[in-house]
Amino acid sequence: MTSVVSPEWVLKVNQLGKIFGGLSENGLALTGPETGSSKDPVTGAIVAAWNVSFEVAAGEALGVVGESGSGKSTVMRCIAGDQSSSAGSVQIRTSPNEQIDVLSLTPSERRQLRIDKIAVVYQDPAEGLDLNVTAGGNIASPLTAAGWRNFSSIRSRASELLLRTEVPLNRMDDVVKSFSGGMKQRVQLAKALANRPPIVLLDEPTTGLDASVAAGVLDLIRGLLEEFGLAAVVVSHDFSVIEMLTNRCIVMNHGRVVETALTDQLLEDPHHPYSQKLVSAARA
Amino acid sequence: MTTLLNNLIDNNESEQFGILDEYSKREIRRAVLTAVAVPGYQVPFGSREMPVARGWGSGGLQITLAVIGPNDVIKVIDQGDDQGVNAVNLRRLIVQSTKVSETTTAAKSSIVQSRHRIPEDGLDQRHILVLQVPVPEPLRGVERDMRELARMHAEADYSKMWVSLYEDKVRNGVITQTTGYPCLVNDRYVIATTPIPRWDIPKLDHSPFLTLFGAGREKRIYAVPPFTKVEPLTFEDVPFEVEKTEGATCSQCGSNSSFLVEIPGALSRWVCSDTDWCERNLEGNL
Repeated sequence: MTSVVSPEWVLKVNQLGKIFGGLSENGLALTGPETGSSKDPVTGAIVAAWNVSFEVAAGEALGVVGESGSGKSTVMRCIAGDQSSSAGSVQIRTSPNEQIDVLSLTPSERRQLRIDKIAVVYQDPAEGLDLNVTAGGNIASPLTAAGWRNFSSIRSRASELLLRTEVPLNRMDDVVKSFSGGMKQRVQLAKALANRPPIVLLDEPTTGLDASVAAGVLDLIRGLLEEFGLAAVVVSHDFSVIEMLTNRCIVMNHGRVVETALTDQLLEDPHHPYSQKLVSAARA
Repeated sequence: MTTLLNNLIDNNESEQFGILDEYSKREIRRAVLTAVAVPGYQVPFGSREMPVARGWGSGGLQITLAVIGPNDVIKVIDQGDDQGVNAVNLRRLIVQSTKVSETTTAAKSSIVQSRHRIPEDGLDQRHILVLQVPVPEPLRGVERDMRELARMHAEADYSKMWVSLYEDKVRNGVITQTTGYPCLVNDRYVIATTPIPRWDIPKLDHSPFLTLFGAGREKRIYAVPPFTKVEPLTFEDVPFEVEKTEGATCSQCGSNSSFLVEIPGALSRWVCSDTDWCERNLEGNL
């Protein structure tokens, strides 16, 4: 652990690791970008992520880039608490006096964090929303979890959020499964922001949407990140998403971080061979 | 050939007091004690095969037969009716296998076994109310995964219940759930108050009597101990209301202050659900 703590960070991930299965003695050396595999050839264990560290400040968005299987979603799930981690630490600081060591919390306490500290927007709306419940009801869920018990206050907060995420208010009382893909993501955003969390994790938020719809949702996300001063982690394999939303990013390959750079820099002048491959593929 | 229940019982060589063997009674009593110690918590128990079908009050019957003693006086009702077929059969079974005395008047009883109602009057700290419960899990309608249900109760995470009340209000303008209305017990566990109507829920709050809920098919027992807070879940600005039909009065005793049920017909009529209370009201004997 470093003793120098930068005062600005809201989310700090330090040497986070996730291994599925039992690793052999040299397992870490036998996996990673150099060996071209995240699978331990001796035991078959998978090093999904290892030694991942970064900090995110309020109003800043960090991108996590890599092809599928590179470990980027694992990192996000470990921070969100959807998955347990094998090593490292995750800390969040929501006020100068309040610092939480996320990985030392009980599963119950971690779920509490999801109510008003860490929000997650998933690629698949079915993961973040109850599709058989109305748009308003989906937003009522985190509100009631945070103790809201007044029906009209819940209604007005839900309509305020839907208005902000550009969901027509006349759809507020329709079940979400009747919505288009883009509108479902807008409802997910509204739900994520319900209790004004300081941190939001976005996992491929526009993958699966067609280009014009995706552009609209991206515009909205960028506006929300700025407006609410959120500390955001954006996981994506899509450079146009990373370019539009993030200031800095890390590139992951076979479970390891191979490059950390400012987003502009990475796109102009990638250093690591894998980053170069990714960028040229995106530019082609 | 018909064998009378009496003969069955008399021929039983190890003649049991109340059908259940002593080991079964002890197991059920333990579950009851746990339920009383943790108000609203659903305690699993080894529900026995009873001489009634599961779903016909086997849970309530097991509790009654486990807690009853020779000096108890039993009242059994189905809806509010002492003469309903199921009530008569259960009462006969209890009385003939234990030789306890029976009554139709709540105040004269010590144990009331009921399917749908809390009697209009007469229950105090001397009483045990045993309710026959079909579905003990209040969250069954919003979550099907058993592990997730256990987690939600353990963490008192009832936001899905609140969302379902929100949805009900949005879709129907009012909260439509009538029987089995979810209530928070002792500020901790949400219970299904099934099978009683909303009308009876205020009677559970800080009631002087002990209420035991038995679900035989689902193998669960839970309890509301005397003088325990029972709060129906409702939004601050959507007041909890009991069933009431404006202008309806009992066509027999004329009451408009009791829980009334409708007898459908060309000219539908309203009558008291609690038949014993209705008769005493008619006699001016309340």
